[in-house]
Amino acid sequence: MSAVASDPCVDYEAVIGLEVHAELKTKTKMFCGCRNEFGAKPNTNVCPVCLGLPGALPVTNRKAIELAVRFGAAVDAKIGRAVFHRKNYFYPDMPKDFQITQYDEPINAGGKVEILDAGALHTIHLTRAHLEEDTGKSQHQGVSGRIHDATSTLIDYNRAGVPLLEIVSEPDIRTPDQAKQYVNELRAVLGFLDISDVKMEEGSMRVDANVSVRPVGAEAFGVKVEVKNMNSVRSLVRALTYEIERQTVVYREGGRIVQETRHWEEEDGRTHSMRSKEEAADYRYFPEPDLVPITLDQAWIEAISAEVPGVFPSRRAVQLAEQYGFDLDRVASVVYTPGLCDWVEAEIAIGADPLRSLNWASQEVMAHLNETGGEVAGLALSKGVFADLSSLIDDGTLSKKLAREVLTEVLVSGKSPRTVVSEKGLAQISDESELERIVAEVIGANPETIEKIRAGNKKVVGFLVGQVMKATKGAANPEAVHRLIDSRL
Amino acid sequence: MSISREDVLHVAKLARLALSEEEISLFTVQLGDILNHAAAACALDTEGVPPTAHPVPIAHLLREDEPRPSLARGLVLEEAPAVEADRFRVPRILDET
Amino acid sequence: MTAVITTAAGIARGVRSGEYPAARVLEEYLARIAAHEDRIGAFLLVAQERARAAAEAIDARVAAGEDPGLLAGVPLAVKDALCLAGLPTTAGSKILQGWHPPYTATAVARLEEAGAVVVGKTNLDEFAMGSSNENSAYKVCRNPRGLDRVPGGSSGGSAAAVAAGFASVAIGSDTGGSIRQPASLCGVVGMKPTYGRVSRYGLIAFASSLDQIGPLAGTVEDAALVYQSMAGADPMDATSIPGDLPDVLSGVKEGREAGIAGMRVALVTELCEMEGTDPTVARVFEETVKKLEKSGAVLVEVSVPSLVHALSAYYLIAPAECSSNLARFDGVRFGLREAGDDVEAMNRATREAGFGPEVKRRIMLGTYALSSGYIDAYYGKAQRIRTLVIRDLEAAFTQADVLLSPTSPTVAFPLGARTDDPMSMYISDICTIPANLAGIPALSLPCGTDDAGLPVGLQVMAPVLSESLLFRVACAAETLIGALPPVLL
Ligand SMILES: [Mg+2]
Ligand SMILES: [Zn+2]
Repeated sequence: MSAVASDPCVDYEAVIGLEVHAELKTKTKMFCGCRNEFGAKPNTNVCPVCLGLPGALPVTNRKAIELAVRFGAAVDAKIGRAVFHRKNYFYPDMPKDFQITQYDEPINAGGKVEILDAGALHTIHLTRAHLEEDTGKSQHQGVSGRIHDATSTLIDYNRAGVPLLEIVSEPDIRTPDQAKQYVNELRAVLGFLDISDVKMEEGSMRVDANVSVRPVGAEAFGVKVEVKNMNSVRSLVRALTYEIERQTVVYREGGRIVQETRHWEEEDGRTHSMRSKEEAADYRYFPEPDLVPITLDQAWIEAISAEVPGVFPSRRAVQLAEQYGFDLDRVASVVYTPGLCDWVEAEIAIGADPLRSLNWASQEVMAHLNETGGEVAGLALSKGVFADLSSLIDDGTLSKKLAREVLTEVLVSGKSPRTVVSEKGLAQISDESELERIVAEVIGANPETIEKIRAGNKKVVGFLVGQVMKATKGAANPEAVHRLIDSRL
Repeated sequence: MSISREDVLHVAKLARLALSEEEISLFTVQLGDILNHAAAACALDTEGVPPTAHPVPIAHLLREDEPRPSLARGLVLEEAPAVEADRFRVPRILDET
Repeated sequence: MTAVITTAAGIARGVRSGEYPAARVLEEYLARIAAHEDRIGAFLLVAQERARAAAEAIDARVAAGEDPGLLAGVPLAVKDALCLAGLPTTAGSKILQGWHPPYTATAVARLEEAGAVVVGKTNLDEFAMGSSNENSAYKVCRNPRGLDRVPGGSSGGSAAAVAAGFASVAIGSDTGGSIRQPASLCGVVGMKPTYGRVSRYGLIAFASSLDQIGPLAGTVEDAALVYQSMAGADPMDATSIPGDLPDVLSGVKEGREAGIAGMRVALVTELCEMEGTDPTVARVFEETVKKLEKSGAVLVEVSVPSLVHALSAYYLIAPAECSSNLARFDGVRFGLREAGDDVEAMNRATREAGFGPEVKRRIMLGTYALSSGYIDAYYGKAQRIRTLVIRDLEAAFTQADVLLSPTSPTVAFPLGARTDDPMSMYISDICTIPANLAGIPALSLPCGTDDAGLPVGLQVMAPVLSESLLFRVACAAETLIGALPPVLL
C-alpha cells in the first residue's frame, strides 16, 4: 500500500538513500593478482580467476580489506567478522555469472557521515559499507551506443574483479542538495584517506539513488524508485530533482508510483523506466564456499583506526569557522580539497595570518589548482609560504594586492615569496622621499580635485590615492599614500 | 513437498535453461521425488544448530597486493566464441541489471 | 603384455636408479592402452607425444644425476575435470568441447614436478555428477573387471585406467564418493583427503565445499605417494589448509610393519546395517572385519544417528553449489555457444544444448533449493544437518581411531541398470557422502570379490587431518587382505 494520499494541496518531501560504489585504490584486483588500472588495452589485465575460467579460485587482497577497514574506522562503523556471499544472476559482463559480495555480515556495519547543510552539521547514517567485485565494461554496438537499441555488445574484462566498496546510506537524505553534500563528503573522506580515486567521470566512484516522496509529516515511506546512470555530482542533483518532481506530479494527479529502476539520461534531462522485469530478482545469496569467513585481528583494526584522522571535512569546516570567525562557505571550499586545509592550518601554526591564509587558499590556490588540474600534494612549495607572505604584508613590504600576485607566481614557479619579491622588484615603495615626490606630482596635476577636497568632499581622496598607485604601478603602500596626501592638504 | 510445473519453469528461467516440454514434465516428477526423499531430513528439528558452510575451519587466506602476470590476450580471446575489437562479442542485451 | 613392475613405488625406484628408463615404462603402458582402451573407454584423451617428451626429460634428469622426484617416471592418468595447459579439458561435457585451459591445476603441476608422466585425461560423469560414469557426454566407460558393468563414478575413467593397467596411478575428484566408489567398484585403492589438504585450484568445480582431489592406485603405498606429492597449502586456493604437510609415508611403513594391533576400529551402525546392501558385500565386509579383529584390532560399534539424513543434505548442498559454479558456462568467454537473438536466449540455448540431463537436473534442484522462499527449508536446513553430521562424527572418533564401512552397498552394477531412476543412482553414494560433508579423510581399498570376481571395497574414515593414521590402518588392512593386482585384459 502506498503511504501517499493523492491530494493536490499536500506538500511533499523526498526520502533519498544513496548507494555509492567506490573502486578501491589497490595495485591488484579483489581476488587475483591482475592489475587494477584504468585505461589499459582491452582484455589485457585478465587471468583465469577474474575471467571466471573453470577451476579458478578467488584469493582475497589484503589491501582491499585494509582500505575497507580504514573507511569503517573513519565513519565509526562496527567492523567485524565478514562473510563473502555469492549473488547469483546472469550478466555477460560478470564472468562467473555470480558476484562475490557481502550479504548479512558486511565488513562494516552502521556508521555515520556528517554533511554541511544550511550552515550546520547534519548526520547521515550508513547502513553498511561492504566489499565486492566490479564487473567488466560493456560497449553497446548500435546507432546510439545505448543498450536499448544495441545490436550487439562488446565486453572488456579488465575492470572485472576490481575491488569495490559499496557504501549504503540510510534513507536520511531529504533534498538533492543534501545528496550532493553527502557525496562530496564521502568523496573527500575516500580521497583523503587514499581509499579511492573517487573520479566519477572515470567511473571509479558511482552513485545510485533510491528515491521516494511522501507528504510532509508522514512517517511511512512512499514506493521507492531506483535511479541509475548519473556520472557526476551535477547529474545526480539534476536526476534527483527531476525524479522528485516526477513522483510528486504523479501523486498530485492521483496516480501511483511503481517500484522500478529508472535510468537517468543526461541528454534529455529525464529518468526513463527500464524494461520492467516480469519477476522480482532472486539472487540466491549463499556463503561463498571458496572463501571462509574473515575474522579480523582486533589489534590490526586498532592500528588502522589510529591512522585515520577522526574529523570529517564538514566538521572541520565548522570548527575552523568557529575558531577563526571564518565564513563557512569559504572554509568549505578549502576543507573539501585534499591537503589544502592541512596546509592552511600548518601555516597558521607557524604564524601566518588566519584570515589571509584562508582567503589565499580559497582563491589563489583554488584558482591555480583548477587551472592546472593539479593537486595540493603536487605543489612544490617550501614550508612557510603563507607565513612569509603574512610577514611581508605586516612589515609593509607588500600590499595585500601585491601579496596575491606574489602568491600566484610562487604557485607557478615554486620559488619562495621573498625570492619572487626581489626578482620581480615587487617590494612596495615605502621610501617616504620617493613617495612624497610622486604625491606632490599628483597633487600638482589635479587642482580641481584639491578644490573639492578643500570644499569638504573627502570622498575624492580615493581618486588621488588611485592616481598615486597607478603612477607606482601598484608598488606604493596605500596607507603611506593616504597619510602623505592628508599631511599635504 | 512437491514441486509444481510453475516452479520448474521459474527455476529454469533463473538457471537459464531452455528446457524442452519433455524435460519440464520429467523434472517436475524427478525433482519432486528427490525432494520427497529429503522430506524427513527437512522436517528435522535443527533449532539452535548453526549452519556449516565450510567443513574444516581455517583462517581466511589473504594475498599481498602484488601484481602477478595476467594472461596473454591471444590466449584469452582465442577461446572465445565471438570476438570484435579485442573484446568478447555477445548478442544484444535486453535486460538491464 | 605385462609391465616389469606395476606399482608406482617400484617404478619410481627403478627409474631413479636408472634400472628402468621412464621411456620404457611409458611404452609398456602405452602399448596396453593401444591394445585394450577400445574395450574400456577409460580415456577421453591419450597424450602420447606429450607423455613421451616428459618421460625422456625424466630420463635425462636421471642421466644428469638430478633427483627426478618421488614419482619419477610413474605413468599418471588425470581425470578430465582437472585443467592441464596445452591439452583440451572437457569435464566430460559438450559445453567445454575443444576448450584449452590456459593454466594447469596445482595438483597436476605438483605431480609432474614430482616426476609423474601424464598419459592422458580420463573419462568421467559430466562435471563429476554421477556414480556410474554413464553421464559422460563422450563415451561409455566399462569396468575392466566386468565389461558389462559400470566402473562407478564420477572418476570412473581414472579407476578403470588403474584397474586395467593403463596407468600406474591416477587422480580424480571426490565430492560425494567420486574417487572411493569407483575405486571400490574397479578394485583399486581410492582416497579422499581432508577437505583443504589438496589444492582445488584448476579442478573444475562441482560443489566447492565438498570437492577434494585424491589419488587412485593399485596399492595403499602408491596412493600415499601420490597424496604426499600433491598435497599441501597453495596460495591459489584460499580453502587449502596452511602449514607443513606431515609425512604420510611413515604411516604406511608403520601399518605394514606394526599392523593394526591395539587400534580401535569402529563399525558405523547406520552404514553397516543398511537396507539394500548386497548380501555378498555384507559377507565380504564381515569377513574383512574378522580378519582385522583377529590381527589385534579392537572392534567397537558406534552409532552416528544424523547419517540417516546425510544423503538428503548432500543432495541439497551439492546441487546448490553446482547451480552457482556452473553458471559461468554461458557461451560468452569459452566453450560452446548456440545462437540466440539476444544474450539471454543465447545463454539458454547454449546451456540447453551443452549440458546433459543429470547436470540440468542438479542445476534445477540446486537453483530451487537456493531460491527465495525455499532457501531456509532446503539449503539452510541441509547446512544445519551438516553440522550435526560433523558433531556426530567427532563424537564417534572419541570412541574409535577409525571408522569402517563398506565403500558401496553394492558391487559394480550392470551398465544401464540405474539410469532411469536418479534416486537409485544417488543411493550408491550413501556410505561415502558423510566424509565429504564432514571434510574428513577416507579411503577405499579392495577387500575381496563376489563370485563373479567383482570387487568389494572397505572404507576407512579418519578424523580431520589424520591422513597418516588413515594410511597406516589401510596399509595394515591391505597387508592382511592382499592387494588386488590390475586385471590382465
Ligand atoms: Mg552491490
Ligand atoms: Zn585476474
